[in-house]
Amino acid sequence: MENSRRQNNQIPVVYLRPAAGWLSIDLKELWRYRELIFFLTWRDIKVRYKQAVLGIAWAILQPLLTMLIFTLIFGILLKTPSQGLPYPLFALSALLPWQLFASALQRSSISLVGNANLITKIYFPRLAIPLASVFAALVDFGVSFIVLLGVMAFYQFWPGWNFLWLPLIVLLALLTALAVGLWLSALNVQYRDVQHMVPFIIQVWMYASPIVYPIETIPEGTWRLLYGLNPMVGVIQGFRWALLGTTPPDFTMLISVGVVLILLISGLFYFRRMEKTFADIV
Amino acid sequence: MSNPVIRVENISKRYRIGTAQHRPDTLRDLITAGVQQVGRLFTRDEYESPSHIWALKDISFEVERGQVLGIVGRNGAGKSTLLKILSRVTDPTQGYGEIHGRVGSLLEVGTGFHPELSGRENIYLNGAILGMRREEIDRKFDEIVEFSEVGKFIDTPVKRFSSGMYLRLAFAVAAHLEPEILVVDEVLAVGDAEFQRKCLGKMNDVAQEGRTVLFVSHNMSAILRLTQETIVLDQGMLVKRAPTPEAVDHYLNMGLTKQGERYWMSEELKDNQAPFIPVALRVLNPKGQVVDTVNAAEGFSIELVYHITTDISGLRVGIYMMTTRGEYVFTSFDMDDPQLFEMYSVRPPGRYISRCCIPPNLMNEGRYVLGVNASVYRIQRYFQDDRALTFTVDATGAPGMQWPEPRLGPVRPKLEWSIGKVER
Repeated sequence: MENSRRQNNQIPVVYLRPAAGWLSIDLKELWRYRELIFFLTWRDIKVRYKQAVLGIAWAILQPLLTMLIFTLIFGILLKTPSQGLPYPLFALSALLPWQLFASALQRSSISLVGNANLITKIYFPRLAIPLASVFAALVDFGVSFIVLLGVMAFYQFWPGWNFLWLPLIVLLALLTALAVGLWLSALNVQYRDVQHMVPFIIQVWMYASPIVYPIETIPEGTWRLLYGLNPMVGVIQGFRWALLGTTPPDFTMLISVGVVLILLISGLFYFRRMEKTFADIV
Repeated sequence: MSNPVIRVENISKRYRIGTAQHRPDTLRDLITAGVQQVGRLFTRDEYESPSHIWALKDISFEVERGQVLGIVGRNGAGKSTLLKILSRVTDPTQGYGEIHGRVGSLLEVGTGFHPELSGRENIYLNGAILGMRREEIDRKFDEIVEFSEVGKFIDTPVKRFSSGMYLRLAFAVAAHLEPEILVVDEVLAVGDAEFQRKCLGKMNDVAQEGRTVLFVSHNMSAILRLTQETIVLDQGMLVKRAPTPEAVDHYLNMGLTKQGERYWMSEELKDNQAPFIPVALRVLNPKGQVVDTVNAAEGFSIELVYHITTDISGLRVGIYMMTTRGEYVFTSFDMDDPQLFEMYSVRPPGRYISRCCIPPNLMNEGRYVLGVNASVYRIQRYFQDDRALTFTVDATGAPGMQWPEPRLGPVRPKLEWSIGKVER
């Protein structure tokens, strides 16, 4: 009763108008729908490990197995330099932020099409869907982070105060995934080619990031600058630095942040512009 | 005084059709379409090109607070599009609208249900999707479970639910929303009679509480029961807004203006209509004239003309007589008579007329709808048209005409009465 009275006092008025041009980003509205974002995230996680015998253990196994394979091929067979770190630790410390990014990107880019039944029936800010996909990836990351701590303990590495930068670096990885995910998910609504391209994009992107090899492999100067255009370079370099005290991120980090901001803002606007038509064309 | 909760002005919605050729779904299509578009630039105004269809055209109406408004129309009349615009799922192409309050939509119950999740989990997920806050769901959780009658299965994944349980749970969540405006589309088509009654009751409560309800249904009796006023949509246009009984009559009579006779054009029939091809349905007076109005006291006949292209055994052709409200008066088949049943056990190819005589003093005055059906019992239905023709029955000379009052009920039979004074 009390509840309905309160609603009567501030009845929201909604205006129906043809979609016109570039819409402003309504962050306030998105905030009002924060519980929906939470529940969608929760659903994504819950559903992913339902009816899987190993359940959430997959979030541990995946990076661990990949680390073993990389160590075998790049560490032992190809003898890739690893910034003075034991190769397994070197690989795992990059795989973590990478898999966070890759799974967030993968999920968000197909998220709108995967939730077509919601989009065509009910109104809510469409941004909630890719956002929830990105957040869901964060949970896997949290679980596999424990593995990393274990491997660090095994090699007797203890992080310094740089550790405090970690949340910002993880945020940068998420924003990168979100920025690209916004573009791809909106494009995927109309052009399903996107979902075929995504695995390929992720694969190429992985080799364009300093995961199996150290950043020093890339010649300094112009090449390194161009390399920095890949925001994941800054993320991975920063992640290793914060945890393991390797080469600190330099100007490449600034370039990375700049690139992410440009992608993110343009992605948001593109998404908002397209979202009014999602229900009609999905 | 006027305090509309919903006000829309000249809302129109245009969709593209012919998706296969016109909508670039893949990059390759986009490139080819791009080339075509350059050519098209000089030829046609895009707005009126045949690849577009106006699903809604210049719809304007207002709904007052606490009103329950019915929306009726045939499939494709634009009902769903209108609801989608009102619930902000899609934007109008033109026009303007204002909505004062939260809109809760029940466009297809169970939207957002995930089969892998349990009933409990789905209540929370679905509630959030429908716009409920978490504490709101917590508060109503027990009520929802009780309403849905799924009880002890609440922690079972809904993929193991029967379809009835699934729908009950879905409706229960949606029914406990407390928006200022509730949009309901065809949810009552689901569930058993008992549950349907519960749903209607719930909707009544919602209306009693002073909330506004937009109710779309093909179920005329539900529309009549729940709404006072109804709008009728036809081909994207609002053709009528009137008190519900009047609007329902209008809807049921729409497109049925032919006078006592109905021809089926070949484009109205399925491509594979053979071996039974209906030609015409007629209402005839005792002189054999095709008429729109017959006299109840004289009786009349109904005939169906049709072609048969191959031998059909066991075919029966029949009529349904309905009131314009959709209540059945009777059903009758040409093979009801055992003698005819013997004689026409197989009908060879040719042109046929099945005629039935309606005896004098059977029907009450009013307007009636005729449906036809041609089938082999339990084997195959060749043709059915539930609203093939309407006609009027005039009661001049019918029993009891000395009193000018209308008589209740669709029949007005002349019955034997006797009156005797009982001596004590």
